[in-house]
Amino acid sequence: MIDLITKNLPALQVVIPLMAAPICAIFNRGRLAWTIAFIVAIVSFAISAALLSQTLDGGVISYHLGGWAPPIGIEYRVDVLNAFVLLIVSGIAVVTLPYAVKSVAQEIPQEKQGFFYTALLLCLTGLLGVTITGDAFNVFVFLEISSLSTYALVATGAERNRRALTAAYNYLIMGTVGATFFVIGLGLLYMATGTLNMVDLAHQITLRGDSRMLHMGFAFVLVGIGLKLAMFPLHLWLPNAYTFAPSAVSVFISATSTKVAVYVLLRFMFGIFGFDYAYQQSTLQYVLLPLALLAMFAASLVAVFQTDLKRMLAYSSIAQVGYMLLGTAFMTQTGVMATVIHLFNHAVTKATLFMVAGAFVYSVGSSKISDLKGLGRAMPWTSAAFVVGGLSLIGIPLTVGFVSKWYLVQAALELGWWPIAAAIVLSSLIAVAYVWRIVETLYLHSPSPDSKAKEAPLAMIIPMWVLAAATVYFGTHAALTSAAASRAASTLISASNIIWQ
Amino acid sequence: MQEVVFDLEFIIGHYNYWLFVILMMTGLYITVSRGNLIKKVVGLNLFQTSVFMLYISMGKIEGGTAPILTGDPNTVYSNPVPHVLILTAIVVGIATTALALALVVRIREEFGTIEEDELTEIEEKLEFAEQGDDAIPVSGEASVNKRESGGK
Repeated sequence: MIDLITKNLPALQVVIPLMAAPICAIFNRGRLAWTIAFIVAIVSFAISAALLSQTLDGGVISYHLGGWAPPIGIEYRVDVLNAFVLLIVSGIAVVTLPYAVKSVAQEIPQEKQGFFYTALLLCLTGLLGVTITGDAFNVFVFLEISSLSTYALVATGAERNRRALTAAYNYLIMGTVGATFFVIGLGLLYMATGTLNMVDLAHQITLRGDSRMLHMGFAFVLVGIGLKLAMFPLHLWLPNAYTFAPSAVSVFISATSTKVAVYVLLRFMFGIFGFDYAYQQSTLQYVLLPLALLAMFAASLVAVFQTDLKRMLAYSSIAQVGYMLLGTAFMTQTGVMATVIHLFNHAVTKATLFMVAGAFVYSVGSSKISDLKGLGRAMPWTSAAFVVGGLSLIGIPLTVGFVSKWYLVQAALELGWWPIAAAIVLSSLIAVAYVWRIVETLYLHSPSPDSKAKEAPLAMIIPMWVLAAATVYFGTHAALTSAAASRAASTLISASNIIWQ
Repeated sequence: MQEVVFDLEFIIGHYNYWLFVILMMTGLYITVSRGNLIKKVVGLNLFQTSVFMLYISMGKIEGGTAPILTGDPNTVYSNPVPHVLILTAIVVGIATTALALALVVRIREEFGTIEEDELTEIEEKLEFAEQGDDAIPVSGEASVNKRESGGK
């Protein structure tokens, strides 16, 4: 029995949340659905931890679905990189669910809560599936499972603000255009190589050499994934979706969905096309690098002028995605490592901050910055968590944000790109501006006299502080995450190098 | 890179790919340019359908029959993989359309319109009301419309 489970861990990772989702929908009772979802999240977390411990030494688990050998059958392929991302996604799910109890009870009507958790589990299934699969078309299917459930989850914010509906609609249109671009790209890759298995794709591309079809496929995949991960000019769906989604959903999707899309980008660029693919090199250098820099500055600047805390955090997310793309655009081991480590660090930081915003929504009924005056006294724990998360967003030492920026700057200096290293530091200064605005509002303004704000319930404070503690813990014990990220980067690179040489 | 030469036979021979490109661009253009939310969904559907055509075209082998075993070893079959992929993509497309239409229904219930420019106007007023210190009342337009739609 134990043997059977350990052998089928990769499949169980996806199947358990997938099967639990309809069960939640059948017992459409809020409390029960929550319990099922929470148990499933913990099990998923345990499975991904087991997978990471099995792959940490550089091993690769290749699981053949239904016993069909790749490249014909679908293969689940787990190495350090996706085990690490799996751990991020399932870990965030475990912390988000206890937080969700109170905030969902307030924001979602009782009779819809069962369906709410169903959608959340489907979203988790999709994200885990995208990460674990080794089949390019499978990525599309899971991407759409997670996206469709995310559109529905964003739309449930309509109970609080009806603008959630238009936000969800716009997200749906742009997300679907992105997904369709991605499928067209896959089709072109299939035409050029005759295979959809990622490892086999990489192999066939080397065998058959460069062609215009490959260039087209590469471009379509890049644009499609770019839409999903909110690459700078394709980010328009993100601010409204994050702002009007229910608090728990903002926490979950801000910490996971863009990160998983970044992972897909890494996998396609370096796992399939390889480091030496000249067309990719020029694309990264002349398209992705400028866009990443633009995102870092433009999105941060826009964040400074926001009047709503959640929207400000959403714009800061776009800027942070810029940092991840920047690490990718360096095309060095350190650069990829900086991207991977920032996936983790930003997930932890942004989840903390969105939890804070959600606690304000719970207690004050709004995340408008003008409504947060003087809450530092009424809500000391929540406000303090904001300070910790905010410092990490800026990249102050002892927080995880510093670790990511350290490696990013290091990667820039390795290449001798001084101006870019300077740009990373400069854009962090803009983060100081928007974080300070909130800290000032919280602590240095006198509270409005008729404010009846109370500290958020313990069920929200504890998950928030678990994450806040993680930002500090992994900021001071960076060796843990950087070892995993470094190994993930080397695995990705060595796999592509072996193929190309 | 091979030299690009004008080859009429090549161009006509690939007519289904040309149709794919035309359909795809039509769909994308409708999605982007139309202000009516339903028409946007129609555009999106066209866009997705074009992809089905691309996949089916690439699976076709000249003289090949449907990929059902005939028992004759000399039979040429079309490539079944793109067909299977497209079945999945069709399901995804239906789910997307259903969700989009459900959202449009909800938007119509809440805002009383499905025209993008009118929605933007209402949203701008909402945002203005959210930002201003003394709440500027949202113009009655939205609520009037809502009542109308309720009456219909």
